[in-house]
Amino acid sequence: MTYKPGSVAIVGAAETTELGKLPDISQLQLHADAALNAMADCGLRPADIDGIATAREVPTELAHYLGIVPKWVDGTSVGGCSFMIHVRHACAAIEAGLCNTVLITHGESGRSQIGRPVQGVGPSTQEGQFQMPYGPLGPPTMFTIPVLRYLKTYGVGIEKVANVGVVQRKWAGFHPRASFRDPITIDDVLNSRMIAWPFRLLMCCLVTDGGGALILTKADRASSFPTKPVYIQGIGESVETSLISQMEDFTSSRAFRVAGRTAFENAGITHKDVDHLMIYDAFAHLPIYGLEDLGFCGRGEAGDFMWDGNTAPGATGSNALPLNTNGGGLSYMHSGMYGMYALQESVRQMRGTSPAQVEGAELSVCHGVGGMFAASGTVVMSSRPA
Amino acid sequence: MSDYQKWIPVPTPETRHFWDGCREGRLLLQRCGDTGRAYFPPRPFSPYTGSRNVSVFEASGRGTLYSYVINHRPAKGFEAPYAIAIVQLPEGVRMMTNIVECEQTPEALELDMPLEVCFEKIDDDISLPLWRPAGG
Repeated sequence: MTYKPGSVAIVGAAETTELGKLPDISQLQLHADAALNAMADCGLRPADIDGIATAREVPTELAHYLGIVPKWVDGTSVGGCSFMIHVRHACAAIEAGLCNTVLITHGESGRSQIGRPVQGVGPSTQEGQFQMPYGPLGPPTMFTIPVLRYLKTYGVGIEKVANVGVVQRKWAGFHPRASFRDPITIDDVLNSRMIAWPFRLLMCCLVTDGGGALILTKADRASSFPTKPVYIQGIGESVETSLISQMEDFTSSRAFRVAGRTAFENAGITHKDVDHLMIYDAFAHLPIYGLEDLGFCGRGEAGDFMWDGNTAPGATGSNALPLNTNGGGLSYMHSGMYGMYALQESVRQMRGTSPAQVEGAELSVCHGVGGMFAASGTVVMSSRPA
Repeated sequence: MSDYQKWIPVPTPETRHFWDGCREGRLLLQRCGDTGRAYFPPRPFSPYTGSRNVSVFEASGRGTLYSYVINHRPAKGFEAPYAIAIVQLPEGVRMMTNIVECEQTPEALELDMPLEVCFEKIDDDISLPLWRPAGG
């Protein structure tokens, strides 16, 4: 048995009232603000919600804070793609009749660090023993490590990675809520501050505060809501390793391949069916890995595919594939667990309400990463009922 | 206590033999008895088959530079810029390391260059495996 494509729909979706630098709101309240906005979006109150999922914060805290009495709970917390995975688990739960209406929340005071739970690595964990002694300082020094191997394997130049930020900035220009909207050039990227060679500042995501929430229910109930339903067509998930050194292949993510293939097979779609694509971009190489691991491009070819403008605004022809149309984590916003914002842009595209709307888009693939190539979740959405 | 400011690993019962080996200047890996394949990090069973039929053996101490970044924002105790690298061992496993006795530049750090293991004594219990250009 697998998930029946189109049987669950997103009926409520919203981001926090504000995105950016928000020192006057706690992380917990960012969750709540997004949740209240999503409930308002579809005309629900907390009493109407009977399932809740969230990451990093435990669902217990959110349920009580929001006044929700859940019959179904999911606290899967595997990094920024947790929300894609929550969508999958919620679909299974709704289909199985475990609950009717699921709220998925994200809130993160990534920049202002207000009300943020203590995070850290213990010295006797695997990470503490085999990674931390060598001086990594967060994702910019670990997520980026496989890239030199990728570039050498396929004879790709770093300008192809830099170009990802340039293309995505063009998309961000359409979005009034994007953090960075002014166009940039390859030279701007390659002359920005060195963070961890070969990665410079404009190849790294920004760090902001914000949140987002989704509300899902059975597709056959969707017509009773005021919003245009967005149907879940297929979903996949996987995890690989918490240690970047132990990735099976430095030029490809196993978790990406497993989650992506599962979602495509579940949805019964081919690549040509896809009108719109989101690939979680904590760093500029991720859309390149994602395009290849999802099967849109051959090995080593995604950099050229983007260089040729196929993912940029205004692309036409059979290769046109609008990608990261909110500007991505590199330009739109990135609180730390960006997956929720990628999902929000896919929902906007399927509703026809994105400021960077892809004309006639009916099928969107939203692909997330968690940790540093540690986890992945893929959601296929459709604007049309099954 | 020494003036060592960097992160100091703390062994678990399952990794104790690895760190004991490092203290004695020996890089110890494990091998799956069913498949003959080596694995890392340490654990008392095979990640390939789930079998507890595993053995400990000493690695050759040779390797090659597989991939890296050069970090420009130092972690505590480090002086930037420094490479955070992955070494590929001929035994078939990879591990994170720093590259010592070598300039920390893209020119000096050539992918696939041969490396050899060395150990830095941190305290009476822990010596950290590091890698340097082979035959240096």
